[in-house]
Amino acid sequence: MPSISRAEVAHLARLARLAVTEEELDLFAGQLEKIVQAVARVGEVADQDIPPTSHAVPLTNVFRDDLVRPGLVQQQALAAAPAAEDGRFRVPRILGEEA
Amino acid sequence: MTELTRLTAAELAEKIHGREVSSVEATQAHLDRIAAVDPAVHAFLHVDAEAALNAAKAVDEELAAGRGPVSPLAGVPVAVKDVLATLGSPTTCGSRILEGWLPPYDATVTQRLIAAGLPVLGKTNMDEFAMGSSTENSAYGPTRNPWDLDRIPGGSGGGSAAALAAFEAPLAIGTDTGGSIRQPGAMTGTVGVKPTYGTVSRYGLVAYASSFDQAGPCARTVLDAALLHEVIAGHDPMDATSIDAPVPPVVDAARRGATGDLSGLTVGVVRELVGEGHQPGVLAAFEAAVAQLRDLGATVVEVSCPSFDLALSAYYLIAPSEASSNLARFDAMRYGLRVGDDGTRSAEEVMSLTRDAGFGAEVKRRIIIGTYALSAGYYDAYYGSAQKVRTLVKRDFEAAYGQADVLVSPTSPVTAFRIGEKVDDPLAMYQVDLCTIPSNMAGGAALSVPCGLVDGLPVGLQVFSPALQDHRGYQVAAAYEAARDAADGGALIHRVPELEVVR
Amino acid sequence: MTAAVELVDYDEVVATYDPVLGLEVHVELSTATKMFCGCPTTFGGEPNTQVCPVCLALPGALPAVNGAAVESAIRIGLALNCEIAEWCRFARKNYFYPDMPKNFQTSQYDEPIAYNGWLDVTLDDGEVVRVLIERAHMEEDTGKSLHVGGATGRIHGADHSLLDYNRAGVPLVEIVTKTIEGTGARAPEVARAYVRTLRDLLKALDVSDVRMDQGSLRCDANVSLMAKGAAEFGTRTETKNVNSLRSVERAVRHEMCRQAAVLGSGGTIRQETRHFEEASGTTRAGRPKETSEDYRYFPEPDLVPVAPSREWVEQLRATLPEPPEERRKRVQGEWGLSDLELRDLVNAGAIDLVAATVQAGAPSGEARSWWVSYLAQQANNRGVELGDLPITPAQVAKVIALVADGSLTNKLARAVVDGVLDGEGEPEQVVEARGLKVVSDDSALYAAVDEALAGNPDVAAKIRDGKVAAAGAIVGAVMKATKGQADAKRVRELVLERCQV
Ligand SMILES: [Mg+2]
Ligand SMILES: [Zn+2]
Repeated sequence: MPSISRAEVAHLARLARLAVTEEELDLFAGQLEKIVQAVARVGEVADQDIPPTSHAVPLTNVFRDDLVRPGLVQQQALAAAPAAEDGRFRVPRILGEEA
Repeated sequence: MTELTRLTAAELAEKIHGREVSSVEATQAHLDRIAAVDPAVHAFLHVDAEAALNAAKAVDEELAAGRGPVSPLAGVPVAVKDVLATLGSPTTCGSRILEGWLPPYDATVTQRLIAAGLPVLGKTNMDEFAMGSSTENSAYGPTRNPWDLDRIPGGSGGGSAAALAAFEAPLAIGTDTGGSIRQPGAMTGTVGVKPTYGTVSRYGLVAYASSFDQAGPCARTVLDAALLHEVIAGHDPMDATSIDAPVPPVVDAARRGATGDLSGLTVGVVRELVGEGHQPGVLAAFEAAVAQLRDLGATVVEVSCPSFDLALSAYYLIAPSEASSNLARFDAMRYGLRVGDDGTRSAEEVMSLTRDAGFGAEVKRRIIIGTYALSAGYYDAYYGSAQKVRTLVKRDFEAAYGQADVLVSPTSPVTAFRIGEKVDDPLAMYQVDLCTIPSNMAGGAALSVPCGLVDGLPVGLQVFSPALQDHRGYQVAAAYEAARDAADGGALIHRVPELEVVR
Repeated sequence: MTAAVELVDYDEVVATYDPVLGLEVHVELSTATKMFCGCPTTFGGEPNTQVCPVCLALPGALPAVNGAAVESAIRIGLALNCEIAEWCRFARKNYFYPDMPKNFQTSQYDEPIAYNGWLDVTLDDGEVVRVLIERAHMEEDTGKSLHVGGATGRIHGADHSLLDYNRAGVPLVEIVTKTIEGTGARAPEVARAYVRTLRDLLKALDVSDVRMDQGSLRCDANVSLMAKGAAEFGTRTETKNVNSLRSVERAVRHEMCRQAAVLGSGGTIRQETRHFEEASGTTRAGRPKETSEDYRYFPEPDLVPVAPSREWVEQLRATLPEPPEERRKRVQGEWGLSDLELRDLVNAGAIDLVAATVQAGAPSGEARSWWVSYLAQQANNRGVELGDLPITPAQVAKVIALVADGSLTNKLARAVVDGVLDGEGEPEQVVEARGLKVVSDDSALYAAVDEALAGNPDVAAKIRDGKVAAAGAIVGAVMKATKGQADAKRVRELVLERCQV
């Protein structure tokens, strides 16, 4: 039976960039445990040789011509930004790969 | 309530195009109605009277100049679910994280409505990012069901459905990922259609689960839905999953259906969707509707779709998986809410704090489930298996369509429940989508048409059609609707209780 | 910060260990528009002016695949002798980073468009190494961040960052080699030669600007060491930020020496990302990741599969330029080169340049001579690759033509080339502006000759006496007087004429 621990929920929340509170962790751990147990029924077909379906439409090779389309002007692009500076989006310091 | 708001869209269009009524009058009548009843119903998150009246005025001027209507619905106002981008008009998806966001572009559906001359009244309430079955997950408070204000209107498109049932709009746009057009339609006694996946552009539809999401028409009659369907459907190169094929002839089918003859047509009752878990009254109403179809000349057979049993589980893995990725863009960097940017915190911390503050509980639950289902080590067991189930569901549909032209089931296993009744039990809430989900899995068409009341609450009949055969469902639904109204001596929607009007 | 380790002598490194390489090259395609939207890809625009709802990942926006980018990816795959997938999908690579608007990169995962290829790489001494290609797949670039505050403008210590998404969504093809083993001491050279050969190939395909300095060609070098005779690979590091061919070689070499030093002192190599520092020629560790990456790849639901028909693939194959090896054999025959001359040409990376110069009308001998001697010398002085010199084959051909018709002497021609390299314009403009034209006006020359004869009466007498050899001194004087702009042969004729011999 699958199970999803509190620690696992905390890990998933971190991966998903959700700063969940302790109370949320308690709530979600219980609920997710139940949900995951219920949906794990799909495992009944895991061993069967069935091609997976990723798309509802049977289309392939849908391509666009390489032609420039008008986009947004800088002011439009930045209009909804929480902060902007020098024509750029201003964001808090990035903890980068580069140390 | 003026007579103008009681009319069907087709009737209203006829009056406007015949210059008996102006589009401005019609639009103003609906704006007045919204002002009167929406404080109680809360179908709308945003009303843009000025834009709607300007659009109406433009239609009136065109008609006055002797130019014919640009579309069969020109001048008829419409409400749009707040999940479709509207240029310069708030688009929140029912979420705090997008509060106040003004899109710099129009969704393709929005563009088509504008081009067809439909004044957009405003944006309707919904479960946050379309995740929910009751519209209780809106960050801006629930929408109430006009049939009983203590009850939910269904979801996620409860706002669009309730706006129709409260006569605040003659037409509305919904989106359906697991039943979000059809199930609210059933619970509010209105018509809701999920077109074949790929026939209505998703460009500008804020994605919940990309491979399921489909916009569609909501209306009070089958013909109105068909008219709106033809306005919004059609190929769009901005959506790579858009099918380049003619729009199925749904208006013709609705008109033909209304003549009431279904002889030569085979209707398949899906055995797996009429079993346990349904409210007894719902099953009784459904059976009566099937009997009506038989009376109209249809041959009724029973079909079996054994893997539908796994569809709900597969849906609640695939949809959250796609959602976990689709909603990653709400990160406080380029638009929307930003929380905790005090100059000391990193981008990563600000993202996490914002997302925790900006998303509601159901959205977080689904993001976490989706993150889990896609993560290394679990992918094959969850996401991979769910996609195999998807193949089985498609095969079940194909086999069933070998035996029947259309398939039928109840739209929802239950009628509208009380606000708050299921909020603490996500699994019970998910069960409500039991009958609608299979169609999203396979990508075919499906609609809901009202089929009676149980204890004063509407029940929906669901009609499934194969991909690109949407017109079959319209024909059956229109025939059924005509027979139902004839038997009842009037449209079911007019039995909705009179709402208390705010003065 | 780890303490600097004493590097091990390179000879000692290769005597003790076998290096294993893996090279990942990202190439920005030179399509007009981005991978999934119609925004232009031009370099150097004002920030956030080449963006739209799609590449800013606004709510509701959807991607649409650029067919020209798919075509380029297939052509690259074919040129690398790869198989082309019959059916493949895009996949989402999920991770949060502010330079990536969707917080997932639309890439390809287990279904690359091209796979299982090879590229033959010729080293400086003519040895050919076959590098096996694992895969080439399509993806998109990220935006660019500017780090504000902190000491160095680097990400570390910055107060905040500023983001420009003009580059976000530019089409990339990522080319990944299989592990390159058995190259021993030549590993750094192989790495450099591989990237150079790949660059030349991409250039010939005309699919990319391949400017390493502008980031349109980027190389990540995976390096590990295994003790001689060991059965398993050592732990690898991945060095990023390698922005020139020379850096590729230096980075690999440095990483070999550094790893050998760590291993030699009983340490272990940590699997990590490292950054190459141009100035010092060393690599530096990146921030260690708290948890291993979990990209949660899944098929991109917004894009349908790519299933290139075999007809289309064959049509594209027919557009490929001649493979480099065959081409070499052909030009060797056409230009009548010895094996040694051909090797010099290859080593100088000059074949394409000479061919283009010949194409522009120059004789192959002169074209070759210009590129492998004078221009190669200038490239060396400037520390750039020959092909990056700011002169075109057409300009070189023009200079050669001016020499041929007597407008320029060889010496003047070099001055004209210098002018072009210094950005003074086309050869004719340089000639004009610097006044470099050969003095061909006989009246001017007569005057100069007369003056020289008058100034050197003894010499003039000798010539008149039939001692023709003495004319050289007068010619020299005339050349000096005309600052070398006269045609010496003509001057000699005039001197003899004036002396009536
Ligand atoms: Mg990559
Ligand atoms: Zn763009």
